[in-house]
Amino acid sequence: MDIFAQQLVNGLVLGSIYALVALGYTMVYGILELINFAHGEVTMIGAMVALTVIGVLAGVAPDLPGVLVVLGGILVAIPACMLLAFGIEKIAYRPLRKAPRLAPLITAIGVSIILQNLAMLIWGRQYVSFPEILPTTKFEVFGAHISLLQIAIVVLALTIMACLWLLVERTRLGRAMRATAQSREVAELMGVNVDRVISATFIIGAAIAAIAGVMVSAYYGLAHYYMGFMLGLKAFSAAVLGGIGNIAGAMLGGLLLGVIEALGAGYIGDITGGFLGSHYQDVFAFFVLIGVLVFRPSGLLGERVANRA
Amino acid sequence: MSTASLLQVSCVTKRFGGLAALEEVSLDVRAGEIYGLIGPNGAGKTTLFNCMTGLYSLTSGAVKLAGAPLQGLKPHQIVKCGFARTFQNIRLFANMTALENVMVGRHPRSRAGILGAVLRGRGTRAEEADIRDQARSLMDYVGLHNKGRTLAGHLAYGDQRRLEIARALATEPKLLALDEPVAGMNPSERRQMGELFLRLRAGGVTLLLIEHDVKLVMGLCDRVAVLDYGRKIAEGDAASVQRDAAVIAAYLGSTPVGAAPT
Repeated sequence: MDIFAQQLVNGLVLGSIYALVALGYTMVYGILELINFAHGEVTMIGAMVALTVIGVLAGVAPDLPGVLVVLGGILVAIPACMLLAFGIEKIAYRPLRKAPRLAPLITAIGVSIILQNLAMLIWGRQYVSFPEILPTTKFEVFGAHISLLQIAIVVLALTIMACLWLLVERTRLGRAMRATAQSREVAELMGVNVDRVISATFIIGAAIAAIAGVMVSAYYGLAHYYMGFMLGLKAFSAAVLGGIGNIAGAMLGGLLLGVIEALGAGYIGDITGGFLGSHYQDVFAFFVLIGVLVFRPSGLLGERVANRA
Repeated sequence: MSTASLLQVSCVTKRFGGLAALEEVSLDVRAGEIYGLIGPNGAGKTTLFNCMTGLYSLTSGAVKLAGAPLQGLKPHQIVKCGFARTFQNIRLFANMTALENVMVGRHPRSRAGILGAVLRGRGTRAEEADIRDQARSLMDYVGLHNKGRTLAGHLAYGDQRRLEIARALATEPKLLALDEPVAGMNPSERRQMGELFLRLRAGGVTLLLIEHDVKLVMGLCDRVAVLDYGRKIAEGDAASVQRDAAVIAAYLGSTPVGAAPT
């Protein structure tokens, strides 16, 4: 087995999930200049809700094909996360719209802690495992094993990204979002209901996060009340890598970060002479984050900070 | 020309802390006229615009558009009532194309929301096509031909001013408030803008014009009000305002004999 090809595939799969979560961070930042630290937890709630539904469905209808069961879980998780994000924005962030920027940031961390603990109360501290209902077919391409699930994740993620791109670039709502991101005040004076646009931004990000949550739990085979924390941090790093506030940047940053992490994990043993193992893979995301912040704070595709009037 | 009142500003006061930026200002803009608002720098003209368009809340007073009170409404609701504006320092969406800027202006007159954006049914697509067509014809109307694909921030200065007007017109205003629309333009550009304003008036749009260019104001405006230190010191047709002693004092900084100091 060729380790480079294998890790590249793993990295792309992981990276497309990071990219989906990163989109939520970057869209909200683009409009509110708020880092919504609760976004990782929204992803986690999406995974948990979906797993609960999947568990129930698999129990009630054991003959149903696994794909349909998972689809059922996703279809419940999406509205649940949308509602959650709508509520978070309305209750926790909107009252602080005119407060100093630090206030909503700290509130976001608070919301994230509340959601973690809420999830712990509902689903417990133990890992919730993803039932083995999806086909485990594997293909071999250039020496790398690729599972059907991996292909499905990447294809679905790329489809979602393309749809989001069309939404932002080609629709009335997307235009209003871009206008609001450039100047909330002027957008409002051109008749854009800015509150509604902000709500829509949170809701769309949450719907994507719900799908990403299901992907992560299906990929690793489990979910946990704490999973949103690391996933959120990595997705945030990906958003910063691509240029926070920039949608294409989040997609690129997510994919790149996934690949860097996977290749790093694959070769770290060789590089350090066996001193560090692949369980140090989390380190790479944060090395990248630090590197970007030091050498190119605006990110790969971000505009120069000085250009923001 | 009808003489029905379109915009009524009654006794508007705006204080920032102890500073009175506007003191009991009343205006009455009639439908179909070009109404000029002039005054030295810092007189409160832009503050009045901000109060009328909902950016500032009034300390006291009332603003009515076609009889409907505007105070307390959010800016986007005021736009929907038919009040659009441009900005003294151009404030376009610089990273969007010129056409998209105008399309944003169609927002209050179109409907598609999050469901439409996701599902993109026939109605949504038809609406989107309408928005695009209307935006294109507005750009032609203000004289921006074939510049739809240019990023707004890359347009020439005069074109940016025109684009702001097209974007404001896209909201279908009854009243269009222009904050120094010809500032920084050369004489021929100014003349073209003046012609545009007359065409707008002929098309049924009432204009409220803040301007420093006295020649333009005097040539275009049906009536003129003068603000100084937050108070209205004169109002009337252009010629009589020009002869008003208080106005001369405000502009020249001296108090002519016989005029009360303000």
